Amino acid sequence: MTETFDLHAELRDSGVTEVLDELDRDLVGLVPVKTRIREIASLLVVDRARAALGVEGSKPSLHMCFTGNPGTGKTTVAMRMATILHRLGHVRKGHLVAVTRDDLVGQYIGHTAPKTKEVLKRAMGGVLFIDEAYYLHRPENERDYGQEAIEILMQVMENQRDDLVVIFAGYKDRMDTFFRSNPGLGSRVAHNIDFPDYSVEELEVIAGKMVAGLGLKLSDRAAQALTEYLKLRIRQPNFSNARSVRNALDRARLRQARRLLEVGRVDANMLVTLEADDFLASRVFAAANA
Amino acid sequence: MKITQGTFSFLPDLTDEQIAKQVDYALAQHWAISVEYTDDPHPRNTYWEMWGMPMFDLKDAAGVLQEVRACRKANPDCYIKLNGFDSTRGFETMRMSFMVHRPKVEAKYKLRRDEDAGRLIRYTLERA
Amino acid sequence: MVKAADRYKAGVLKYREMGYWVPGYEPKETDVIAVFRITPQEGVDPEEAAAAVAGESSTATWTVVWTDRLTACENYRAKAYEVQPVPGIEGQYFAWIAYDLDLFEEGSIANLTASIIGNVFSFKPLKAARLEDMRFPAAYVKTYKGPPTGIVVERERLDKYGRPLLGATIKPKLGLSGKNYGRVVYEALVGGLDFTKDDENINSQPFMHWRDRFSFCMEAVQKAQAASGEVKGHYLNITAGTMEELYRRAEFAKQLGSCIVMVDLVIGWTAIQSMSNWCRDNDMILHMHRAGHGTYTRQKNHGVSFRVIAKWLRLAGCDHLHAGTAVGKLEGDPMTVQGYYNVCRDSYTKKDLPRGIFFDQDWAGLRKVMPVASGGIHAGQMHQLLDLFGDDVVLQFGGGTIGHPMGIQAGAVANRVALETMVLARNEFRDIANEGPEILATAAKTCKPLEAALKTWKDVSFNYTSTDTSDFLPQVSVA
Repeated sequence: MTETFDLHAELRDSGVTEVLDELDRDLVGLVPVKTRIREIASLLVVDRARAALGVEGSKPSLHMCFTGNPGTGKTTVAMRMATILHRLGHVRKGHLVAVTRDDLVGQYIGHTAPKTKEVLKRAMGGVLFIDEAYYLHRPENERDYGQEAIEILMQVMENQRDDLVVIFAGYKDRMDTFFRSNPGLGSRVAHNIDFPDYSVEELEVIAGKMVAGLGLKLSDRAAQALTEYLKLRIRQPNFSNARSVRNALDRARLRQARRLLEVGRVDANMLVTLEADDFLASRVFAAANA
Repeated sequence: MKITQGTFSFLPDLTDEQIAKQVDYALAQHWAISVEYTDDPHPRNTYWEMWGMPMFDLKDAAGVLQEVRACRKANPDCYIKLNGFDSTRGFETMRMSFMVHRPKVEAKYKLRRDEDAGRLIRYTLERA
Repeated sequence: MVKAADRYKAGVLKYREMGYWVPGYEPKETDVIAVFRITPQEGVDPEEAAAAVAGESSTATWTVVWTDRLTACENYRAKAYEVQPVPGIEGQYFAWIAYDLDLFEEGSIANLTASIIGNVFSFKPLKAARLEDMRFPAAYVKTYKGPPTGIVVERERLDKYGRPLLGATIKPKLGLSGKNYGRVVYEALVGGLDFTKDDENINSQPFMHWRDRFSFCMEAVQKAQAASGEVKGHYLNITAGTMEELYRRAEFAKQLGSCIVMVDLVIGWTAIQSMSNWCRDNDMILHMHRAGHGTYTRQKNHGVSFRVIAKWLRLAGCDHLHAGTAVGKLEGDPMTVQGYYNVCRDSYTKKDLPRGIFFDQDWAGLRKVMPVASGGIHAGQMHQLLDLFGDDVVLQFGGGTIGHPMGIQAGAVANRVALETMVLARNEFRDIANEGPEILATAAKTCKPLEAALKTWKDVSFNYTSTDTSDFLPQVSVA
C-alpha cells in the first residue's frame, strides 16, 4: 500500500507558506537569502514527510551563519527563521534569544560557564542568535574567557540539536577568520548565508516603505535628491544599509521641521511632504563636492 | 513506607518525560521553576537547599531537566524536588512541588513519646 | 379570615413616602449594599415592598415621630434604589438597598446580621424574602481581620502544593469511643489522606468525652506523620455549650500539638469571631462546619443565600468552609456552588449572574478561605471534582474511605491515587472532564484499592433537581 504525503499541503497548513510569502513582501531584495530559506523549509518539510511515512533518517543540523554588513536584515530574517522552524516542528517553542559576547562571557574566573548556561537555558526550545560572534574569541588577551563560552556552545550544538538552533551573525571576513581559528565550531554550522548589500534601487524601495510607514510622502524632486544622496552615501565608510536610510530620513524630518517653522503658517500637505532641500542640506553632498 | 511528600508521591516515580510535561504546565502558567534538595525530609524542614537560582523567564523544559540531572549527579543520596512559584497577587507562593529524585534508601522517622503531666504525651519526630 | 389585600390597605404605610424608596440613587463607595429577592403580598406593589424592607432593616418608623427630627435622618435611612422583576418567576422581585456605613459597628458580624436580617423576614407585607447577595465596601472589609490562616499560609504550613487536599469525616457519625475513633483516624491518615474530621454533632457525649477523643486522635495523627513524613491533621471539634468551655477545649487541642480545630456554625457569630482571634493568636487553622445553614439557605424564595453566609464567614474569619460538592448527596448545582467557591477564594470577586454573584466585591487583601467539598462523593468522581473546583479545595470522602471493601487504608490509597493521577493528567493538558473515567480506569489497573473503589461505587450518583439555581440560566441538574 503506498501512502502519500502532500508536501504543499503541509507547507500551507503549518503556516510556513504564509511566513515565506510575508518574507517576500516585507523584505526588499535579499534574493539569495530568500532562496536559501525556501530550500531550508523544503528540507524540513521533506523531513516531516519521512517521519510521517515511517522512513528512517536522522534529524538535520540546522545551525547557521549569517554574514553581511550591518542593516542588511540579518536579525529580522533570524526571527522569521525561528517561526518557520517552529511551525515545521524543528524547534519546540520558536522564540528567539538575541545575544552578543558580553551576554555569554564573564569578567572573572568561573563567571563564564554559569552565564553561558543561563543564556542557553533561556534559549532552549527556540533559536539563539549570536551577533558579532567573532568577539567571543580574543586570542591577543590571555585573560579572555571567551574560549570557555565557545566550548560550551560547541557541546550544546552537537549534543542538543533537538533543543536549540544557533545562528551566528557578523561581517563576512571576520566570521571567516573566527571559524578558521575555531574549526570545531565552523564544522557544526550547516548553512552559511550571505546577506549582500542593497543596491541603490533596492534602497529606494526600502526608503519608500519607511516614508509611507511614517505617514509622509516625498515630492518628486525630493525623491531624486534622495537617490543622489544614496548613490553618494553608499561609497562612504560605515554604510549600514537599511539603517543608514532610516537615519537619513530622520535627519530629513528634522530639517523639514526647521524649514516649516520658518514658513510659519502651514497646511496639511506641507506637513506630510519632504522636499528636496530636506535632503540636499546633508553633509554627504558637501563632502562629495569638496 | 516511603516519604510521601510532594504532589505525585503515590504514583510511580515520574520519568524525565513526565517531569518535562509538568514543567511545561508550570511554564504555561508563567510560574518560576526551582530545584531544591535535602537529606533531611523532616515534615517541618521547610528550607531545602537551593540548587542554583529559581529560573524565571524560561520558555522550555529542556533547561530545567538539565539542572535536575546535574543535581541528581551531584547529590545522588538526597531527595530532590521541583517547585513552581506563582508571583501574582493573591498567591505569591508555590503552586506546584513534586519529587524528582529519591535516595536509594528511604529516610525513616520514629515517634518519641515523652510523658508529661497526667496522661499528656509530648511527641517528637526523630530520624530513625 | 379577611383577604390579605383588604387587611393591609387601610394601614399600609407608604414606606416609599417616608423616604425609603429612592429610585436612581447612586450608592456611595462606602455604602453597604444588599440585594433581596422579595415576594410581596397581593396588593402590595414591589417598590413599596422594597421600601418596607429598607425601612425595617434600618430606622423603621411606620409613622412620623418627632424624635426623627433630632437626627440627620436621611443619613440613617436605608435606601431601596432599584427593583427588577425576577426573570421567569411571577410576583417575585429583586430589590437593591443601600446602607450608610454609619449604621454598622466595625468588625461585628453580629451587628451586621442583626441590622440586615434582624427584623425584615417576619414582616407581614412580604410573603417571602431572601437575602441574595451583599456588597461590602473596602472601608467596611478593612475593619475585619478575616481568616486567621488563609489558603496560602495553610499550604505553607502543611508544605503541600499543586493538588486538592484530602479528608474524611469519621463514620459512624455517633457511638465510637475515643480509642476506636482514633483507630479510624490512624488508618485513614496513614493510608494517604491529609486530614480527618469530627462530625458536627460530635462534641462531648456519653459514648466519648472530648478529652479522650482529642488525646487518642492526636496519637493517631502523630503516628501517621512519622510513618509518612507528611504533615497530617484531624479537625478537633471544640464546639461547646459556653465560651469558657470552647476556650478550654481549644487550649487542650493546642497543648496536644494539633495544627487545626473545628467549630460548628451554630456556635454563633460572636463566638466565631472570638475563636478566629484565638486561632490567629495560637497558629491554629480554623475549620468551619456550616451546620444548620440549610434552614437559612435551602429555599430559593426565602432565607439567606449561602453566598452571603460565606461572605460573612470570610469576614468573621474561618480558614476552611464547607461550600458544596455539586455532584454529591447535598444540595447545590454546579454554577451556584462555583459562585460560593469564588466568594471564598477570590482576591476580587467579579459580578457573575449565572453563578449568582450580583456584585463586584473587592476583598481588600483579606485572606482566602479554603472551600471544603464534603458529602457523598467518591473516587469515581475525581475528574468532575478537579474540573469544577481546581486545586484549592479540601475533598472529603468519609463514606468513600471508611466504606471501602478492602479497609480504610485501602480507601485512603484509592482516593489519593485517583487524585494524583487526575492532577498529573490535567497538568499534561488532557481533557479530564471527558477522559476522566478512562484515566481512572487505567490507574486502577496498577492499584487494586482504586479498582475496588470504582467497582463498588460506579453506579452512585445523586440526581435530583436542584432547588436553588440561578435565574439567569436554564435549570440544569447534575449527573
